[in-house]
Amino acid sequence: MQTAPLVTGHPMSDTIARFAWLIPLLPLVGFALNGLLSLHAAAHPGPADPSGSDDDHDVAHAAPAAHDHDDAHQVARHPSAGLVSLIGPGVLALSFAMTLAVLYQFGIADQAMHEPYVLTLFQWMPAGKLSIDVAFQIDQLSLVMMSIVTGIGTLIHIFSVGYMRDDPGYPRYFAYLNLFIFFMLLLVMGANYPLMFVGWEGVGLCSYLLIGFWFSDKSNADAGKKAFIVNRIGDFGFLVAMFLMFANFGTLSFAGVESAAAIVPMGGALVTAICLFLFLGATGKSAQIPLFVWLPDAMAGPTPVSALIHAATMVTAGVYLIARSAVLFSMAPVAQLTVAVVGALTAVFAATIGLKQWDIKKVLAYSTVSQLGYMFVGVGVGAYSAGVFHLMTHAFFKALLFLGSGSVIYAMHKAYHATHSPEDAQDMRNMGGLRKRMPVTFVLMWIATFSIAGIPPFSGFFSKDEILGAVFARTHGSTLAEAQWLGIPGSLVLYGVYVLGLAAALMTAIYMTRLMLYTFHGPSRTGEKEATHLKEAPWIMTGPLVVLGVLSAVGGFANVPALYGGMGSQLLHSWLEPVLGRGTEISLGTEGVHLSHATEYLLIGVAIAIAVIGIVFAWLRLKPDALVPAKSAPVEEGLERTLLHKWYVDEAYARTVVQPTLGISRTLLWKGIDAGIIDGLLVNGSALLVRTVGWVGSQLQSGRVGTYAWVLLMGVLSVLSAFSFR
Amino acid sequence: MTKFLVGIGYNGWILPVLLVLPLVGGLLLVLHRCTQRQDADAAMRSARSIAFWIFVAEAVLSIGLWWSIDTVSADWQAYVDVAWIPQWGARFTVGIDGIALMLILLTTLLMPLAVLGSWTSIRVNPHAFYTLLLVLTTGMLGVFMALDLAFFYVMWEVMLVPMYLIIGIWGGQRRLYASIKFFIYTMVGSLLMLVAIVSLGLQAGQGGPPVFSYDAILALTRAAPVVGSYWLFGAFALAFAVKVPMFPFHTWLPDAHVEAPTAGSVILAAIMLKMGTFGFVRFAVPLFPDVAMDPTVRTIILVLAVIGIVYGALVALVQPDFKKLVAYSSVSHLGFVILGIFAMTVESMQGALMVTISHGISTGALFLLIGMIYERRHTRQIDDFGGIAKVMPIFAVFLTVVSLSAIGVPGTNGFVGEFLVLIGSFPTQPYYTVIAATSVVFAAAYLLWAVQRIIYNPLVKPENAALKGNDLNWREIGLLTPLVIAILWLGVYPKPVLNKTEAAADRLVRSVEAARMGSMQQLPPAGGR
Repeated sequence: MQTAPLVTGHPMSDTIARFAWLIPLLPLVGFALNGLLSLHAAAHPGPADPSGSDDDHDVAHAAPAAHDHDDAHQVARHPSAGLVSLIGPGVLALSFAMTLAVLYQFGIADQAMHEPYVLTLFQWMPAGKLSIDVAFQIDQLSLVMMSIVTGIGTLIHIFSVGYMRDDPGYPRYFAYLNLFIFFMLLLVMGANYPLMFVGWEGVGLCSYLLIGFWFSDKSNADAGKKAFIVNRIGDFGFLVAMFLMFANFGTLSFAGVESAAAIVPMGGALVTAICLFLFLGATGKSAQIPLFVWLPDAMAGPTPVSALIHAATMVTAGVYLIARSAVLFSMAPVAQLTVAVVGALTAVFAATIGLKQWDIKKVLAYSTVSQLGYMFVGVGVGAYSAGVFHLMTHAFFKALLFLGSGSVIYAMHKAYHATHSPEDAQDMRNMGGLRKRMPVTFVLMWIATFSIAGIPPFSGFFSKDEILGAVFARTHGSTLAEAQWLGIPGSLVLYGVYVLGLAAALMTAIYMTRLMLYTFHGPSRTGEKEATHLKEAPWIMTGPLVVLGVLSAVGGFANVPALYGGMGSQLLHSWLEPVLGRGTEISLGTEGVHLSHATEYLLIGVAIAIAVIGIVFAWLRLKPDALVPAKSAPVEEGLERTLLHKWYVDEAYARTVVQPTLGISRTLLWKGIDAGIIDGLLVNGSALLVRTVGWVGSQLQSGRVGTYAWVLLMGVLSVLSAFSFR
Repeated sequence: MTKFLVGIGYNGWILPVLLVLPLVGGLLLVLHRCTQRQDADAAMRSARSIAFWIFVAEAVLSIGLWWSIDTVSADWQAYVDVAWIPQWGARFTVGIDGIALMLILLTTLLMPLAVLGSWTSIRVNPHAFYTLLLVLTTGMLGVFMALDLAFFYVMWEVMLVPMYLIIGIWGGQRRLYASIKFFIYTMVGSLLMLVAIVSLGLQAGQGGPPVFSYDAILALTRAAPVVGSYWLFGAFALAFAVKVPMFPFHTWLPDAHVEAPTAGSVILAAIMLKMGTFGFVRFAVPLFPDVAMDPTVRTIILVLAVIGIVYGALVALVQPDFKKLVAYSSVSHLGFVILGIFAMTVESMQGALMVTISHGISTGALFLLIGMIYERRHTRQIDDFGGIAKVMPIFAVFLTVVSLSAIGVPGTNGFVGEFLVLIGSFPTQPYYTVIAATSVVFAAAYLLWAVQRIIYNPLVKPENAALKGNDLNWREIGLLTPLVIAILWLGVYPKPVLNKTEAAADRLVRSVEAARMGSMQQLPPAGGR
């Protein structure tokens, strides 16, 4: 990889863009400050020492009121909470402002920026032919991602001020959150795969720390660990992909790999292998089959964390990775089909589980897995900008859904806290009728629901429709359609993917309507005493929700299909063209693909019909009035139970992977080989041998002349016989 | 700085001084013990401060090497050569290159921290303990700088005895078993190496008195195949393989680690294991390049290395004792070093050296942390803990950072080394590399699981709850902080260190390649072994 000199010729090098390194640095500073505040308080417990009532409060959060016997209204606010509330969201707001400034510079540039602006800071690991720089790549794609990360990030940080202020670990929370943003920005700004990998693992680390934020509960700590380890399986794939790239291309920078990939044989084994290994990495981070199991458990973390990390930003990193490697993937149609098929299967599979969950966050978690599947379908079929578009709209509406559910949980939790009730604040069977208590959240959540279900003109409609349309369009004439996937013709595979996409869309509409019905409609099942305590969250929390609501409603206009013409027509698509255009073109094939307007209208009609059918079906079929609170609910049977237990995938993994690994390690490797063969037989065995020989020797030294004479005689005889038999 | 060092003739005396100073310190301790009558507490205090200041002086003196030596030059740096035992041809020859430089600095900088780590835990006969620690340091430094094989062997053994005593006297319950196991394991390997060294010395003497000079022997083995080069390589390799330790010669390590006192474990893991890998880099491979690169030999070593990586990680997963867990993780990490060396690319060699240093820092820090919690709880069983982060948040932060480094999370030193080894080994050894890379999963599994069971989970045991207010003190924070700084610095900006070792690694790889090409051209070599 050539050490890119500080691109002096680039039009951006004279603008504010050359200070772009400040964008990730600011959150890092925030992390350092908040971390020190957290440790300082731990080292110098003052009069307001939080750790006294610590235990109770933590447990109260994780499993409300299980051991809650301290005064319910007394909060152990951290002594430096005020300062933390300023630093945490403050650094991020500055980062966001900075990102907007750079974005503006890109936008007003006279000519389209066809060259990315690479900002090289220093050499990271030079060794032999390998030279990896710490360098940032500012281009249209990274700017979109940076805007999402810092923009949505700022909103969620502000929300967190309200949600987490009373937690004794408040500074620690913001330290982790700031650190997460730092790594996420590294991930999207890095100009080469290894630097991206730093961010990739770094966000995984923060995810681990935040999932296990209330670590005193074993299940939370377990969930964090599970997330990290499962992600590492994916990271193994990412690593191997990098090894292959370096061994064959001699470079790991995006620019270098892209130009090297353009001249490898189309569909060759090398490029296919690289892409499949990269995709393995993506399945880990973005929770796809077979590595999706960590994401639902990750809901153990605070709800704003679920919104930020496990919905809007980190989990989309796999989609970003593939978009970033657009040219590579377009050269490997088989790998692309794999991505699309896995994405489609995940979308359907996760949606089925989402149909039967009772925990409001679990529904959203599986919904996220499902929507991520959609994004993979998009980038998988080579419609990279469509995938990124859905990534963006999903960031809006899913962040809104999570924060909205956070508001609900916050209210429920306060209510149960006030009455010392041990009920579950996240179980939808304990909710109901919240529309009267929380009207703002209610309206906003419906906007998000319409959006995710694909009702026009909400944002999700446009992005989902674009993905489905792209799949359909590529069934003929594209490189994918002409490829073979496990012996099946590519176009057949694509039809299958399209049908799976529709099925997932139907189920999405159903489970989201179910969530809304059970949470906000029907009678209240919270309990009479508790219900009086239910109320809308403070404005510091509802404010960000409103902003996200607006974005969810109108965000789709960032990329209105060419079909409709007019304002915002394919704005995002053409904005991303300099980065993703080449990859998209390659996979469209030489003839290109075209859909007639009639077909396009038909596809849109089908998509809308499916969404409406799903909502209406759920509305008519589900009866929130008949629902009973969690404690008196009957046990599910049959398919319902299988879905509730998530198709028993966790159990299957435990039986087939985890337990055998531990068992083999303990019994065979440790007790067997290590202690048994090596130590027992060889080491101690040879010690025993030496001792035995010594004992025999000592027996010989008996002092009896007769024995000596016998031994002498035997010796002479054996020497003589040895000679005579030679 | 350089001008100042040249002015004081630094390179002319620094290596012998670094060797002698600890011995002087040891003598001082012995004299102090004999002349002063003190109660146990005062003895501990005086012994540890004498040792501490000697080690600090040693560290300060050694720092100059960073600037004074020219790592690019092909000549030995800070070279000193005087007659020692003329009748046997043994000379006192010391000199270093970039690789030895980093290991020497690792040793001198870590030793003061090791003393701080045993500050309050060594109460029995502290003078003897610290004397042994000082002698041990001379031995370790001698190994890294020796350029005479006879002198090298002496230093190799000098280091063995103090560690044997440290484990055997200040160790835990099964200290005798562990120390004897350690001694015999190492002895078996090193006696064979002695035979090999004598054989090489006689051959280099060409009928006259033996010559043990490294350069002379190198010239000998490069000029023509020496008699029995496979056996000679085998003898060296066995000695080093035991030390590394490579599977299946590793079983002394868990016992030695568990029984050794904190300082012993730290030195054992951080420095003494590196004697093995350093031995491969300095002696076994360059002296017998065509044997080391013989496809069969290379395959055997690579297979053992990869087995060690995966096997060590899997066995670490199920250890109930935290120290044992870290010991097995060392087997895994050192496997990376061997993989990097025998993959024989500049990148992998650089990675191997980086892992060598990183492992010293992070595993040293882990053992220090275990020592700290052991002093408070008198147990190392992972299941005895839980929820410690609640009562000892600062300890928890340090344990987390150090564990992340051992897992190899990017941004820490652990990642740089592992990544370079893997990406450098892949072009020549793709299959072994991919198998080795699976350990990124296992490493996360065994350490995070252990960390969770120690600092997270509910705080239920009253003994653990009683640790409240007993978090790390300033001495402990002060001794861990430099290690954490090193972890992050080497993770973010390893370039200065990599630059120091680059030329030496490059030379090694190229000379081995050249020797291999040479031996391939003159095929078939008559007789083989």
